[in-house]
Amino acid sequence: MSVDKDTVRRIAKLARLALEEERVEPMMNELNQIFAWVEQLGEVNVDGVPPMTSVVEQRLKMRADTVTAGGDADAVTANAPMSEDHFFVVPKVVE
Amino acid sequence: MSLPADPTRFTLADARDAVKAKRISSTELTKTFIKAIADARPLNAFITETPEHALKMAEASDALIAKGDARPLEGLPLAIKDLFCTKGVRTTAGSRILSNFIPPYESTVTQNLWDAGAVMLGKVNMDEFAMGSSNETSYFKPVINPWRAKNSNQALVPGGSSGGSAAATSAFLCLGATATDTGGSIRQPAAVTGTVGIKPTYGRCSRWGTVAFASSLDQAGPITRTVRDAAIMLRHMASVDPKDSTSVDVPVPDYEATLEGGVKGMRIGIPKEYRIDGAPPEIEALWQKGAEWLKAAGAELVDISLPHTKYALPVYYIVAPAEASSNLARYDGVRYGHRAAGVKDIVDLYEKSRAEGFGAEVRRRILIGTYVLSAGYYDAFYARAQKLRTLILRDFTEAFKKCDAILTPATPCAAFAMGEKTADPVTMYLNDVFTVTANLAGLPGISVPAGLTADGLPLGLQVIGKAFDEATVLKVGRSMEQAANFTATPSTWWRV
Repeated sequence: MSVDKDTVRRIAKLARLALEEERVEPMMNELNQIFAWVEQLGEVNVDGVPPMTSVVEQRLKMRADTVTAGGDADAVTANAPMSEDHFFVVPKVVE
Repeated sequence: MSLPADPTRFTLADARDAVKAKRISSTELTKTFIKAIADARPLNAFITETPEHALKMAEASDALIAKGDARPLEGLPLAIKDLFCTKGVRTTAGSRILSNFIPPYESTVTQNLWDAGAVMLGKVNMDEFAMGSSNETSYFKPVINPWRAKNSNQALVPGGSSGGSAAATSAFLCLGATATDTGGSIRQPAAVTGTVGIKPTYGRCSRWGTVAFASSLDQAGPITRTVRDAAIMLRHMASVDPKDSTSVDVPVPDYEATLEGGVKGMRIGIPKEYRIDGAPPEIEALWQKGAEWLKAAGAELVDISLPHTKYALPVYYIVAPAEASSNLARYDGVRYGHRAAGVKDIVDLYEKSRAEGFGAEVRRRILIGTYVLSAGYYDAFYARAQKLRTLILRDFTEAFKKCDAILTPATPCAAFAMGEKTADPVTMYLNDVFTVTANLAGLPGISVPAGLTADGLPLGLQVIGKAFDEATVLKVGRSMEQAANFTATPSTWWRV
């Protein structure tokens, strides 16, 4: 399986990663090199094999639905590149 | 027992006993490491040195020792991989996107170490988001391996992604270091720096507060200079943690207590699929030597087969990028981390912040992950890879019916030169060919220094064990360590 330039542009868009036009072709080549290598997985018969969901035999633990932390807006916004009155500031989203 | 004159040469166990017996204070010990770190800046092992923080912790330890209240790791200076969030101390994950991030919380693994009395010397360098096998993808520049080949000044890589942890431990800049392993990132750098590295069973160490790469594979563990030190440190990193739903409810044993149990009567599996074409003859020869050592110590060697081994790396390069693309979606330039300037709207803000904040290898893996999870391709790639993962685990389950532990080489080669493998991603990925299977199957694995190449560079051997049987892995590792009698250390060329 291989990807073309349009696919590279599409997945970059899905991943929200800006990709300059001159980087599209080199990235396509790098990805295709990796996809060509993983193609060997196609030679294994996996009919009837369940996909792995957990490596250890353990049920996912449940916990009580209680508040364990929070209420510290200073700490939550302390690393924000831009904040005001405990709000994260972003470019205008709604006209 | 006589201790080395230079306290940085103490093993962690030596230092523990000496501090407890008040033969040296934690402050004195910590100061010698702070000096060693300052003298070793050419190695670029540390991203953030925290000497003041370290001295404060050492003072507190000395006060507790004076009162007779010493805890198990009281006053012992350690280095922390910059993937573990440390409250109030910058945590970068080796990335530009987190280059200004100061966590308001502490990871469970590091909190466990501080609760046991350990002292933090600083945060060590790593491949960006732990993606790499040579420490060359760090935004904070590569780490240089303390080891050099005989009669050569060429800079070699320390392995990755825990390259800073391995280099700092190997160069005597700390008693040991925390590390993480998603595809080999503890064991591979340990092997190429002559140190010991153990990745415990998935679920043994809490992942809470550790920057996520691939959540179904990531596990924390120590890099140390001896197997005993690894046993001590792992015990105090591991815990059952309600904050990590994949942390497993199995009590953490005293690994040190059973360390010297020996391998008499143990069955050691030798998997034929780990003989790979094109591997240097030195690797194969060392592996045979390791098997002979264990046999001489009373173990029985058993030929085993792990038929799906060759698919492990390609499976990994689907599963890990898929999980990474999802985990790394959180970096948006809004709540923390790097934010691009001069953007026109919110989508532009996301796209530019992420493109500027992530390095080339991380961007490539995010794109692979996004593609293999995208509509129409999920079954062909991701679902198939997860089925193969089941087959890889079944291989091990079958093999462990015939043996108690498995012996393999740790890496396909010794430390290589900077830039030697960066041009071709697949060539770089092949460094993890022997280690990645244990991640996919969630099993514990240790790398123990076992010998030197003709060029004088260290090589390691790996022991893989059953789930939650780190005790056996460490016991076999210890037996091999005794037989190998690996005493070589790098020359201190970096102290100019």
